[in-house]
Amino acid sequence: MDDTEDTLTPLHPNHVKLMRVIALLVAVPFVIASLVLEVSRVLPVGFFVVPVVLVAAFLVIRVPLRRYHARGYDMGGDRLRVVRGILFHSDTVVPFGRIQHIDVDQGPLQRFYGLATLTVHTAGTHNASVHLPGLANEDAAAMRETIRAHIRRETI
Amino acid sequence: MQSGTPQHTHVLGFAVKAVQGMQNAIVPMAAAYFSMSDQPWAIFAALGIGALIGLLSAGMSYLGWRRLTYTVGAEDIRVESGILSRAARSVPYERIQDVSIEQGLIPRMFGLVQVKFETGAGGKDDLALSFLSEGEGERLREVIKARKDDADAGVISAGAGQDIQDAMAERAAPEPAEVLFSMDEKRLVTFGLFEFSLAVFAVLAGLFQYAETFASVELWDPEFWESWLAGPGSWLSTLGPAAQILGLISGLVTLAIVGSATGLVRTVLRDWGFVLERTPKGFRRRRGLLTKTDVVMPERRVQAITMTTGFIRRRFGWHGLKFVSLAQDSGSASHDVAPFAKPVEIAPIARAAGFAIHPADGTHWHRGSRKFRFDSAVIELLFLCLIAAVVATALAISGKGSPFYALIIAALGLVLASRQMFLWRFDYNALDPNFLFIKRGWLAPKLEVASRVKLQSVEIARGPIAKWRGYATLRLGLAGGTLQLEGLPIDRARELRTAIVTSIGATDFSELGR
Repeated sequence: MDDTEDTLTPLHPNHVKLMRVIALLVAVPFVIASLVLEVSRVLPVGFFVVPVVLVAAFLVIRVPLRRYHARGYDMGGDRLRVVRGILFHSDTVVPFGRIQHIDVDQGPLQRFYGLATLTVHTAGTHNASVHLPGLANEDAAAMRETIRAHIRRETI
Repeated sequence: MQSGTPQHTHVLGFAVKAVQGMQNAIVPMAAAYFSMSDQPWAIFAALGIGALIGLLSAGMSYLGWRRLTYTVGAEDIRVESGILSRAARSVPYERIQDVSIEQGLIPRMFGLVQVKFETGAGGKDDLALSFLSEGEGERLREVIKARKDDADAGVISAGAGQDIQDAMAERAAPEPAEVLFSMDEKRLVTFGLFEFSLAVFAVLAGLFQYAETFASVELWDPEFWESWLAGPGSWLSTLGPAAQILGLISGLVTLAIVGSATGLVRTVLRDWGFVLERTPKGFRRRRGLLTKTDVVMPERRVQAITMTTGFIRRRFGWHGLKFVSLAQDSGSASHDVAPFAKPVEIAPIARAAGFAIHPADGTHWHRGSRKFRFDSAVIELLFLCLIAAVVATALAISGKGSPFYALIIAALGLVLASRQMFLWRFDYNALDPNFLFIKRGWLAPKLEVASRVKLQSVEIARGPIAKWRGYATLRLGLAGGTLQLEGLPIDRARELRTAIVTSIGATDFSELGR
């Protein structure tokens, strides 16, 4: 049924930019630290800066793209499927009928890029909250309405 | 105030939060005062810091209040909040199980209340509105109850808002009850003997620690014993080897007696007069000698059942049955309903809760992935070999012993690895039209039975090795407990997920017992 990867909807492309900005914010202090060590000349030129910059570039340029491609979701008629993870792959299905409440959250950076995180809460101990980041804000709101309408319809 | 328009909470609410925020100022103020106590202006510095923190906290509370709105809509209640980030939470009325009103000391002085909406979500991430005026709180509760009743029309309400753990529920008139299970004194004593426990020795060890501190006796110091053997205890070494062995045996016998006695006392105290009844309200369990407990649990709230046993008691055919539900039973998540019973006694109890302990006819038991066991065996072996290598190197360098002693650790790794391969034979799962069965364990097998429609979500998780070797862990969202199948062949995991998600989709949460 829904186990193939090609039925998945990709996240909003801005999500890659957002992850890059976050990775950059994490990497900058390390690059500065390596520059400081470089200036102090304890070891040969480039001993600190070259590997640090290479790793930082990998984390900022490559990893967000891979993570973006590993993520995806599928809004079925009665279920939400969330797929994520490069190394540790997880594939979660939450039937609408089991959703307790729905959150749409926006951090400051997410607001800048017009993105939002949709979180659905279930009563289970495993997967009590399933997060789906990187949705366009209006998509997240629309998905919330769809799920809520479904909960309402099922109950009547 | 009509529905559908965003509303602010009570304006004084920010004042309450500001006052509560002032509590945070006390420690920095005290710190400032004492660190500068040699200066004459210390008290002013402290007051200044206090005023600054108070101002900040009042400002943040005010901004937070400005940005928080709630909307009582036609189908759900929504709260939007956040100063920099925005968060919007929507809770449909059907999902609200209980509306509670709380009033702390400071809010009480302002005549304000906090309204909490409980949904029973696993993450305890409920919705709370703080603060509203007392009248508005009451009104909101009534509105939501009315909306919820509308929403629940046609759904039998299982005493919503009533906590399961109505311990010592008042029962003036005895209701007709069918006794499902009870334990007489004989059963209790047998049970107690199997509940062998060395907890008393832990208590004694704790007492010895005190004795050491107060009497300055070093009980763990070998020199103390050496000097004791040389001095007052010298008679012990004068005894022959036969007497020494006799002493050892009598020591072990004492240990067994003390352990059994501890288990017996604990069991009798806890399970004295154990009665499980089926009443119109649900299952009712009474037990206890000194602390009596009386727990009522509606049948519909039972999410799953667990049947456990011990490796000795199993030889005599004794098992225990537990119910998993959202309610807590004296600290643990599942309720003991028949702690010590024969399978023939357990089956009717499970049936009464709407469960079965055997799959329907024609259901096949499936095994886990052989590759998973092989990989686990290899990982355990490699891990212990690594430890053995480190120990061998350390012994060789320090010269305190022959490096060959490390072979013991490697042998242990071999044993653990073969155990993994062997455990594969005792790793079963089955899916019949109504239930998912998981049976695991060699000496003390454990059976878990979950109702297909009472599961909340299904996740297939795979690490790098699992992805490469084609197996997965199936994690099932269960209210009040955890349920997972490790090392399942990927096709079986997908097959189970498809079947379970389809049966979940056919029933809404509100139709289940809550």
